[in-house]
Amino acid sequence: MSAPVSSPALGAESPVQTALGRVWGRSQSIIPTLAAVVLLIAMLVYAEIAYGRVFHAGTMSSLLVSFAPTIILAVGMTIVILSGGIDLSVGAVVAFTSVAGVMLMNIGINGWLSIFLMIGFGALFGLVSGILIQYFNVQPFIATLAMMFLARGLASILSTVPVQAPEDAPILLLGTDFKIIDGPKVNDLVLTPGFFIAVLVVLGAFFFLHRTRMGRTVYGIGGAESSAQLMGLPVARTRVWIYVLSGSLAGLAAVVYTAEVGGKAQNVTGIGWELDAIAAVVIGGTLLTGGAGYVLGSVVGSLVLASLWMIITKDGTIRPEYLTIITGGILLVFVLLQRVLTARRRR
Amino acid sequence: MAFVKTLIRTPWFWGIVGIALLLTLNVIKDPTYLRIGVNSTTGLLAGNVLDILRVSAPIIMIALGMTFVIATKGIDLSVGSIMAVGGAAAMETLRAVEGQNAVGAMFTAIGVALLIGALLGLVNGVLVAVVGLQPFISTLVMMLAARGIARVITGGQNTNATNAPFREISNGQIFGLPTSFVLAIVIVVVVSLIMRRTALGLMIESIGINPAASRLAGIRPRPILITVYVLSAILAATGGLFTVSEVMTVDVSGTGYQMELDAILAVVIGGTSLAGGKFSILGSTVGALLIATLNKTVLFLGVSAAATPAFKAIVIVVLVLLQSERVRNYVLQLGRRRSRKEVVA
Repeated sequence: MSAPVSSPALGAESPVQTALGRVWGRSQSIIPTLAAVVLLIAMLVYAEIAYGRVFHAGTMSSLLVSFAPTIILAVGMTIVILSGGIDLSVGAVVAFTSVAGVMLMNIGINGWLSIFLMIGFGALFGLVSGILIQYFNVQPFIATLAMMFLARGLASILSTVPVQAPEDAPILLLGTDFKIIDGPKVNDLVLTPGFFIAVLVVLGAFFFLHRTRMGRTVYGIGGAESSAQLMGLPVARTRVWIYVLSGSLAGLAAVVYTAEVGGKAQNVTGIGWELDAIAAVVIGGTLLTGGAGYVLGSVVGSLVLASLWMIITKDGTIRPEYLTIITGGILLVFVLLQRVLTARRRR
Repeated sequence: MAFVKTLIRTPWFWGIVGIALLLTLNVIKDPTYLRIGVNSTTGLLAGNVLDILRVSAPIIMIALGMTFVIATKGIDLSVGSIMAVGGAAAMETLRAVEGQNAVGAMFTAIGVALLIGALLGLVNGVLVAVVGLQPFISTLVMMLAARGIARVITGGQNTNATNAPFREISNGQIFGLPTSFVLAIVIVVVVSLIMRRTALGLMIESIGINPAASRLAGIRPRPILITVYVLSAILAATGGLFTVSEVMTVDVSGTGYQMELDAILAVVIGGTSLAGGKFSILGSTVGALLIATLNKTVLFLGVSAAATPAFKAIVIVVLVLLQSERVRNYVLQLGRRRSRKEVVA
C-alpha cells in the first residue's frame, strides 16, 4: 500500500526518467509546504529585524501557547480536507462545547468527566455531519454549515453571557504555566499542558495518517473516491470517522482554549476560527480538492498565521482591520499556487 | 383536484405553509399580532406584518443573487460581508457629501455602494470562472476579505450618517407597504424578466446541469459565471443598503453577519436544488419571506436572537434530508408498499 506500484505504461520510459519524474511529481506536492516554511522564516526574520525580541523565549512561548487551539483545529481540518471535504462547524463547536462544559462544571458534575463530555459533544456534532454527508449525500460544506449554525445557536440558548468555571475545576490545571527554561528577566520559556496536548495531537495525527490503514484510506478517499471503493477500502465508515474526529478535536481545542483563558466560556468564542484552520491547512500545502498534503504543513500554516498576528500587534501602525484582508490575501495566494501546480501536473 | 395536486408539488407551496404556521403560532400567543394600526407620530401604517416585510427586503436581495449562483452549481459565501461593504460605502459617502442636495447625495451613495459591490463580485467571478477555483473557497476568501474591507472603509468605526431620502428607503411607505419591500419586489420582477425573457436564465441552468455539454452547445461559461457572481454581489450590496437605511448606521462586524446561510436557506426552501441546474425566483422570494417570519417569530416567542441560527440549522437539515435520494427512495417505497396492500385488499 505504502510504496507506489509502477504502472506498466511507465515501463516504456527509461528508469532514470521515471525516477526523475517521481522526484518532480513529489516535489510539486511539497512546493506549497516549502513555500510556507520559507514564508514563516522570512516573516520571523523580518519581525526580528524590524521590531526585535522575536527569537526570544518569552515571545515564542506566548506564540506557541496562544496558538495551541488553532493548531489542534488545523490538525482536524487537515484530515477532513485530505478526504476532499470541509468542516465549517469547528469554531461554533468550540463555542458550544466550552459553554456547555463550563456550565456542567458549575452544576457540580465532576471536572474530569465534564472535560470528557466536552470532547464527546464535539464528537456528536461531527457524527451528525458525517452521517449527513456519507449517508444522505449532503455536500460537506452545507452539512457542516448547518452544524455551525446549530452549535452557535445552542451555545446562545445555553447562555449569552460569559460563564466562569469554578476555581477548583481541574480544567484550570491545563492552563498552568510550566517554566521550561528560566531565562534572565522575562525571557523564560513557559509552556502549558495545553501546548503539550497540541503537540501530542500533531504526533498522533501524523502517526494516524501515515502509519495506519485508516489514514491511507483518508488519502484514498480524497484522491479518488471510486478507486478507493473499488479497492475495497471502508470508505463509508472512514468518512463518518473523519468528521467525528474533527468534531472531537474541536471539543479538545475548546478544552485547551477554556483552560488558557482561565475557565471563561462565551457563546461568541471561536467566530472565524474555521477560516483560520482552513487557511492554516491550505497555506501548509494540503490540496483543497483532497488527496495530497501533510499534517506538519498545517502546523507550519498555523505558525504563519501566528507570526502574522504577532507582526501586526508588534507593528502597531498596521490597523487590525487589515488582518482579515491580509489573511484572505495569503490564503488566496496559496490557493492560486496550488491551482497552478495541479494544473501543470494534470497536463 | 388536479390544481391542488400541482400546488402541493410546487416547492414554494410548503414555504407558504411554513409562513402560515409561524404566523398562526404568533397569533396564538398574541391574538392582536396581525393587526395593522396607524403610528400617531409618523402617520404611517404600522404592524408586525409590515415589519416582517421590511426586514425581508435584504434577505430577498441576497436570496435572489444566491439563486442564480446555486443554479450554476456554485455558492456565494461572501454575500453577508458584501452587505457590510455596501452599507459601509453608503454611510461613508453620505458622511463625506453631507450638506449637499440630499437626493443627489443619496444617489451618489447608492452608486458608490453598488459599484464597490460589483467590483468584489467581479473578483469572485474571475476567480471561479477564469482561474477555476472552487466557488466556495473563492467566496470564502472574499467573505474574509470583504469584512476587512468594510472595516477599512469606515476606519473600524460603526459609521452613522443623516440623509432624509436615504432613510426613507426602509422607513418610508409606498401604498402602505415598506418602500424597501416594494423596491425589492420591483428588482425581483425586473431580474426575472431578464432571466426568463432572454436566454440568460436558460444558459445559467445549462451550465449548472453540465458545463462541458453546454460549452459544446456553444454557451461560453465564463461570461455567464462572471455575470452571475457580479449580479449576486450587486444584489448583496443592495441588501446592505436596505439594512443600513433602517438605522442609518453600519455595524461593520454585525451588518450581514452570517446572512449567507439565510440566503442559502431561502433558496433551498424555494425548491432550488443545491446540485444546481434549475432555479425558481418565486420560490426563493417565498423562502426569504419565510426566514424573515422565522426571525421575527423566534424573537417574539422570547428566545434570544442569538439562538435563531439553531432553528435555521434544523430547518436546513430537514430540507436537505428531504432532497436526499435515500429519503426519497424510502418514501417512494412506503408509498409503493401501501398501494400494493390496497391492491391485495
